[in-house]
Amino acid sequence: MSMLTEHQQRAYIGGQAAEARVNLELETDGMTLNIGPQHPATHGTLRIITRLDGEQVISAEPVMGYMHRGYEKLTEVRTYPQINTLINRIDWLSSFANEVPFILAAERLMEIEAPPRAQWIRTIFFELSRIANITLFLGEMGVQLGAITAVFYAFRDREHVLNQIEAATGGRFHPNYDRIGGLKEDLPKGWVAETKSVMAKVRDFCDEMETLVGTNEIFETRTRGIGVIPVEVALGYGLSGANIRASGLDWDLRRDSDTPLAWKEVDWKVWTHPDGDSFARYWVRLQETREATLIVDQLLDGLPAGPIMAKVPRIIKVPPGEAWVATENPLGEMGYYLVSKGDLGPFRVKIRTPSFNNISIVPWVLKGVYVPDVITILASLYFILGDIDR
Amino acid sequence: MTLALELAYWQQLAIKVLAILVIVPTATAIIVQTFLFKMMAHMQSRLGPMEAGPHGTLQLMADGAKFVQKELLAPARADRRVFTLAPVVVLLSTFLLFVVIPAGPGIVAENLDLGIFFALAVSSISVLGVLMAGWASANKYALMGGLRAAGQLIAYELPLVLAVVGVVIQAGDLSLQGIVRAQAEGEIFGFGLIGLPFVLTQFLGFALFLIATQAELTQPPFDMPVAESELVAGFQVEYSGLQFLYFYLGEFGAAFAFSALAATMFLGGWWVPGLDLEGGLLANVVGPVVLFAKTMAVAFVIFWIRFTYPRLREDQLQSFAWKYLIPLSLVNILVTGAFKVIF
Repeated sequence: MSMLTEHQQRAYIGGQAAEARVNLELETDGMTLNIGPQHPATHGTLRIITRLDGEQVISAEPVMGYMHRGYEKLTEVRTYPQINTLINRIDWLSSFANEVPFILAAERLMEIEAPPRAQWIRTIFFELSRIANITLFLGEMGVQLGAITAVFYAFRDREHVLNQIEAATGGRFHPNYDRIGGLKEDLPKGWVAETKSVMAKVRDFCDEMETLVGTNEIFETRTRGIGVIPVEVALGYGLSGANIRASGLDWDLRRDSDTPLAWKEVDWKVWTHPDGDSFARYWVRLQETREATLIVDQLLDGLPAGPIMAKVPRIIKVPPGEAWVATENPLGEMGYYLVSKGDLGPFRVKIRTPSFNNISIVPWVLKGVYVPDVITILASLYFILGDIDR
Repeated sequence: MTLALELAYWQQLAIKVLAILVIVPTATAIIVQTFLFKMMAHMQSRLGPMEAGPHGTLQLMADGAKFVQKELLAPARADRRVFTLAPVVVLLSTFLLFVVIPAGPGIVAENLDLGIFFALAVSSISVLGVLMAGWASANKYALMGGLRAAGQLIAYELPLVLAVVGVVIQAGDLSLQGIVRAQAEGEIFGFGLIGLPFVLTQFLGFALFLIATQAELTQPPFDMPVAESELVAGFQVEYSGLQFLYFYLGEFGAAFAFSALAATMFLGGWWVPGLDLEGGLLANVVGPVVLFAKTMAVAFVIFWIRFTYPRLREDQLQSFAWKYLIPLSLVNILVTGAFKVIF
């Protein structure tokens, strides 16, 4: 037991106590329900220990770490190009977006700037992985509420986006396309026109989701006013991304932070919603997906010509120093704090993933809600298990 | 009737029992194959089962064989007797439903005078089975599913019964044959060719009946007792093999039976213009086909709703039932009664 943290001990004792309680006859003062680690609504292996009174949650505590793969430690024994492959697997639905902040941090330390064409293509792929990720959320939200059709539509239309990513990078889920100083290779012929038609399809999908799920009366009664997170609380728990924009905070790192990517070159809007409930989180993500397709369209129109790779030494050694780069990933703020001692690999990498912070609000937001709403709220907070445990 | 009357009572009974034993699995198979496998797949823009047999038609055989092969597991702390009995109770209620549904002037297992009353009464038995399953599984998810089912019972059973009362008042008969006859002999402002399907006058009752049926069958938007994304599968979670198949049979058999009930009460049942109400070979041959067609039409609507809507919350179902369904069905009864007295 001494190896366990206090948190784990409490979780363990909680589990044992629950077991004991089942055996006690006529114990009616509440029930401990383990939601997960094997539960369809937790997208993987998140465990939530809930204490219930009837169907009402008295307290809820997330237990994570079932999928911990030790990426921060692993990066210390890898070279920079190898790490790129590794961090693809953090948020597996938007892999390319994981690569970008790390590469940017390394580039900052090496004082290299990728050529403009590379930056634009990076931005395009960043938004494509956002679309690939959030389309799945739009369907997933339906299936968590019992509308199974939505998720199949989401898988169907996400396929178009994945095909485009595959066409250019060779990898559907894990592109491994970003390089220090530029990109692996240029876009294939005909890719631009094809991507534009795909973006139109994604916009149609967003309209379809809005009519099928977003404006459904039952969906609205299930999500409006459920899991309300006021903006001060959201800030206090370190929420980011669409979760905090749904609480009304106009904050988007794509616009507000100083990265060399091409968001500043195009016209787009940061969507916010004043309500802060589950519906707001769904709505904001729906609008953002549509906005992302518009960003991609504009970037494709203005794509500059030129090389896609800056001059980079054959063996990459990053000079000593420290750098922090965060970007607005599909799930929220994702950042890498990179410490280099001048070796082939980093000395230490701290990975700040959005889902980890986003689910830290679970004990607060689940207090007093009903069991069905637990699922709605978890779905609307939208986390990827790999992104929590990394 | 002429055929059956010449046989002894036990022979009739044997034929009836055998017929129902054949009809229920067949009906379930048809429902599952048509709607759950194929219609759902088309609606969700995916293929559905395609490999087993031409266009996946033999998938059901494969699934059935799979269930039969599987080991019957019971949790260590389960109440064994109740655990084994529960799926049988659910299935029993489905079998009993088929007893009173007429498929022709002579084709009905038992033409009870209280036919519709009997049907609604036995349909409620399934909730008992669900509750037994939920309690005996010694599983928290199953228990919550079972309790939700019990809570749901009150909410939907009242509108279900009240929706039927309108039909009964208009037909002046509780037996399902009598209701079919009343529709066949009815007239629309003196135009009697197509009879008077009660859906024309009882459209409100028809809608209420369909909504309540969704709840009875624990289908979305009222599938909280099974709610796969929260309670995993509710009361079914600990069942495997044949016992799980029983629940399945019960659920989709009941879906067919309720569609047939709705078709009988609101769409004229087995009767179409030209058929002899009193008997005869033609009516007894064509009747089942007609009823089947109408039943599938109703089942289509039921499953369409199932595949489209999200799930309500338990308390939202309660308030929906008490604030809207029950008052509306009471209004329906009042209006029907008033018209009955006036005309």
